[in-house]
Amino acid sequence: MEEFIIVKNMCHIYVAQDGKQVKALDDINLSISKGEFVAIIGANGSGKSTLAKHLNALLVPSSGNCHVNGLDTTDLENIWAVRQVVGMVFQNPDNQIVATVVEEDVAFGPENMGVEPGEISARVTEALHVVGMEDYRYHSPHLLSGGQKQRVAIAGVLAMQSSCLVLDEPTAMLDPKGRQEVLSTVCQLHQDRKITVVYITHFMEEAVVADRVIVMNCGKVVMEGSPAQIFSQVIRLKELGLDVPVAAEIAHCLRQHNINITEGIITDEELVVAVCR
Amino acid sequence: MSIILKNISYIYMAKTPYEKAAIKNINIEIKHGEFVGIIGHTGSGKSTLLQHLNGLLKPTTGLVSVDGQDINLKDEAARTAKRKVGMVFQYPEHQLFEETVYDDIAFGPRNIGIDEDEVDRRVRKAMNFVGLGYDEFATRTPFQLSGGQMRRVAIGGVIALEPAYLILDEPSAGLDPRGRDEIFGQIIKMYKNTGITVVLVSHNMEDVARMANRLIVMNDGEISLDGSPLEIFRDSQAQLKAAGVDVPPLTSLMNKFKQRGLAVDNTVTTMESAVQSLLAAVGRR
Repeated sequence: MEEFIIVKNMCHIYVAQDGKQVKALDDINLSISKGEFVAIIGANGSGKSTLAKHLNALLVPSSGNCHVNGLDTTDLENIWAVRQVVGMVFQNPDNQIVATVVEEDVAFGPENMGVEPGEISARVTEALHVVGMEDYRYHSPHLLSGGQKQRVAIAGVLAMQSSCLVLDEPTAMLDPKGRQEVLSTVCQLHQDRKITVVYITHFMEEAVVADRVIVMNCGKVVMEGSPAQIFSQVIRLKELGLDVPVAAEIAHCLRQHNINITEGIITDEELVVAVCR
Repeated sequence: MSIILKNISYIYMAKTPYEKAAIKNINIEIKHGEFVGIIGHTGSGKSTLLQHLNGLLKPTTGLVSVDGQDINLKDEAARTAKRKVGMVFQYPEHQLFEETVYDDIAFGPRNIGIDEDEVDRRVRKAMNFVGLGYDEFATRTPFQLSGGQMRRVAIGGVIALEPAYLILDEPSAGLDPRGRDEIFGQIIKMYKNTGITVVLVSHNMEDVARMANRLIVMNDGEISLDGSPLEIFRDSQAQLKAAGVDVPPLTSLMNKFKQRGLAVDNTVTTMESAVQSLLAAVGRR
């Protein structure tokens, strides 16, 4: 598959208040294919958000490099092109809504890019339809629920016709229903529109739906693989201060009691079948 | 010794086209020493309810009393009663503002006129409670701590006011699993050691099931269920679903085993008891 994001020996160093240099990212090597759904997990302070901000040139590497769609993010000339192809959605829905009407908020990106008004209107209609928010086009964003606000933010990225969506803990502030709304919207975009997705989360049951899971710790990529490969390593994940899906943990405990359960079980359904067979 | 809400209703933007009853005719008593979990979907009225417990909102109708005192009167007795209720908001670390951890935690006690010796005693005690070593953290700026540490500073600031009732709104939101376990570990320890009354609002059913001895489920501004978490997760799963909340993931998994005809106990709340129940059920086959 075509490589969409290529990160080579990337470090990000910042200077803390006490004058010490802190390596937020430490020699990251990563490639993400076009159309791939990658979940990134890791403890607070492991470098997940710093990595995400490099993917649309909000931050640039201190050393090493980051190429997005063939463009080097350290080249100032490329910044706008990079930010057009990679759209970001942040944790707090209230921090990324800029307009007082939903349609204006979605139109903000394409307006900035100088798209023709007729075309903007068409894109807004389309984007709101895709995220299931067309009924709220003329509503005021601040009266929407958290899940709805996040879907409006996603629509804003779609209206820019970005081909990659980077979401930094988009569900951390939402209730279970809002979380479900956002996750299923993202899954649908990935499946139907082949959008490349980079999804940062603390919720392991969300990471389970990804094609590939990347685990970060202390600024490094420490594990990488399919959800089944990653989440069956219960002890390793716990050492990193992470959760595992309930089914994976129970499977792990049952194995320790000499119950024969196949490796790689991470969902409830798989576990029920394995135990009741 | 209790917080009593009697016939409480609260109407937002009354007499405008946006008029909405956020909570309707709520009657509850939170007794001293209880650990109450409140769950409900966004907009169910949880936060509105919470803000009545220490007088941040004044009910449109009804009466709130803390240890027998109506807290919505405008006298000294009402003020004293309100101070018994400590409130930790969502994302409390956003409210940190002092230059050192010590000063931030000391802000509340100083603000109500407590002398410096007593402030010092309380800050040390609060830091100990929330697991922040005095020597390591007291003089540090709160703004370069991890998310979990910052939140503990914020909770410490409320603890230093020595409330009899501790109200926490989503204390684990946005924390990683380790940070979440740290915060809840401290809350449980405090509850066990001091007998403080805890009211905890959370979306995370698992945490509520594990910690609370009483569960209140809100739906559409009303209390739809009130009882022990065990009973509610066992007997009232349909009502929970109607209220837009999920049973804990573990309960959900055990239900799936049960549906497949495996005789497991679906009221378990811990991993260990789930595994034991499964082992027993598999062994019986």
